[in-house]
Amino acid sequence: MRFLLVEDNADLARAAQARLALDGHAVDWAATLAEAEDHLAAAPYDLILLDIMLPDGDGRDFLAAHRRARRDTPVIVMTARAAVSDRVALLDTGADDYITKPFDFAELEARVRAVLRRRGGAAETLRHYADLTFDPLTATITVSGEARELRNRELRLFEILLSGPDRIFSKSQLCDRLFSYAEAVTDNAIEVYVGRLRKKLAGSAARIETVRGVGYRLTAE
Amino acid sequence: MSGTGPQGSIRRRLILQLLAAAALLSALLYFSIRTVADAAVETTQDGILGAAATAVAEQLRGTDEGVEIDIPYSAFSMLGATGEDRVFYRILVGGETVTGYPDLPLPPRATRPLAPVFYTEPFRDTEVRIAALERSLRVANRPVAVQVLVAQTRQGQETIVAAMANRAAALGLGFFGVAALLSLFTARSVLRPVGRLAEAVARRGPRDLRPLAHPTPAELAPFVTALNAFIARLRGALARTETFIAEAAHHIRTPLATVRTQAEIALRQTEDEATRATLRAVIRAVEASARSATQLLDHATVVYRSDQRAEERLDLAQLTRDVTRGLGPTAELKDLALEVALPGAPLEVVGDRLLIESALRNLIDNAIKYSPADSAIEIGLAEDGAAAALRVADRGRGLSGMAAADLTRRFRRGANVADVVGSGLGLTIVEEVAAAHGGRFEIGGREGGGTEARLTLPLA
Repeated sequence: MRFLLVEDNADLARAAQARLALDGHAVDWAATLAEAEDHLAAAPYDLILLDIMLPDGDGRDFLAAHRRARRDTPVIVMTARAAVSDRVALLDTGADDYITKPFDFAELEARVRAVLRRRGGAAETLRHYADLTFDPLTATITVSGEARELRNRELRLFEILLSGPDRIFSKSQLCDRLFSYAEAVTDNAIEVYVGRLRKKLAGSAARIETVRGVGYRLTAE
Repeated sequence: MSGTGPQGSIRRRLILQLLAAAALLSALLYFSIRTVADAAVETTQDGILGAAATAVAEQLRGTDEGVEIDIPYSAFSMLGATGEDRVFYRILVGGETVTGYPDLPLPPRATRPLAPVFYTEPFRDTEVRIAALERSLRVANRPVAVQVLVAQTRQGQETIVAAMANRAAALGLGFFGVAALLSLFTARSVLRPVGRLAEAVARRGPRDLRPLAHPTPAELAPFVTALNAFIARLRGALARTETFIAEAAHHIRTPLATVRTQAEIALRQTEDEATRATLRAVIRAVEASARSATQLLDHATVVYRSDQRAEERLDLAQLTRDVTRGLGPTAELKDLALEVALPGAPLEVVGDRLLIESALRNLIDNAIKYSPADSAIEIGLAEDGAAAALRVADRGRGLSGMAAADLTRRFRRGANVADVVGSGLGLTIVEEVAAAHGGRFEIGGREGGGTEARLTLPLA
């Protein structure tokens, strides 16, 4: 997906850009509201990630103007001011959602997905692998015409494996991306989700292979 | 605590002083009337006595043998007009009593010709008013001084004076009565603004920090100004605390976000298990700091807003729906099912939207945090008598026997949650919001494992 990141802190912006790129997203960075306007005029975006306190103005004003101009690119506000009043005001101004800094990128992804789903889907998001079709937005896998719904962790696990077919992902790598760092889990917890995902893939040419002592990989027959 | 209780009553002092002034004025009125009346009665009596004495003196004739006395009794009939009074007379020729009562007292000072002198003297068993007059007659061609004394008892005069005194007393009492009524009325009307102000101050709760906008008379304005200045200072202090915590949170959060993001990137790129463990610890620490900052700020907001609530009618069902929707993606990450059962109709409470929103968020967020993956959280809202009861039940690890009262204390966390990031302020916030709205918060174990929290708020 293509994001526009409006954030004045260069360290955070570069880190976020790099982090989102790891998940396969293209991120353009605007350090000011003026730059953000230029970017928006030049290219279409799937989503805007907007900071509130910017050197040339308030993100909320930008948001209000954005809505007044009837531009419908969804906006998720990244706020550092986590006061309850700020959060309520944000949604009233027309933000689709907000996320409080510092955030878990898995949560950001979940929120982006929820926003795009609410909006009825933006860009074409369907992906194909072997004989199956995968729609991350609606979390469905379609195998020979039969749609199967994935739960969130199954969905994320499949996305990770699909990001590098035939690549081996270690259990600990998968755990880090599937579970919150606030939870204490053992590497074996991943087996449950691999098992579930295998059931959802049943009957398809795609399958998850266990590489003993190393991890898992997605392959197709 | 002596010196802080009420010291006397302005109203009582005002009434007492006004009554004392009225009593003094009434007494003064009484004595003035009596003095004037006494003088008037005496002047009248003196006029008659003088006329009688003059009439007697005019009838005296000097002859060669002596003095010829012819008492004109008609003169006394004027005197007899006043009731029971007795009349006495004495005539002296050359200092010798020739007729009348020889013991009738002589005037205290020299009499003058034809101008009567009046005086009051005790006589026999009573007191008399006497008019004395001197006249010079020729007896055997020699001038002889003749004195005429006419006296009258004072009963009639006293009766009149007593009657007038009674009227004066009645008048004085009436005057006092009217003055007393007026003083009561004055005290009430003067003190009415004070009473209204006191009522306005008393009616606002101890947590109401809006400035006092009550119309007050000029004399009370300094008091209201001082009170408002004090309230403003208190508000300012509270607002500065909130701003300070918000700023602090802001300055902590942005670098924390950078650290967290970098750590996530590093975690993706390294295969070394020891490094990965370190990075996970870094992320956990960042999460703990960020969470504490959020909760501290929320807590400060709750404390601040409890003191000056913006009250409005709220649909608790809609609010629960909004908060649940906002937390949906967070629950989704753990494959948690949020089973929400809301009433079809709005359930209205009166309260501060931000506070109640904060309480709901903390309750549901807590349940999400402590629930195992793939479990369900039940969120139910129902009418319970005169209250709306929100129930949040999870299948988490429960309270491990800790009392609810302990968990709602600041920075106190359950004994079984060391592995989950938390600040120990979440339930404190819920409890404080419940208290600020006259509601209740209960939390306890749930049959079959887990925790059940109940927030009850009075219906609008």
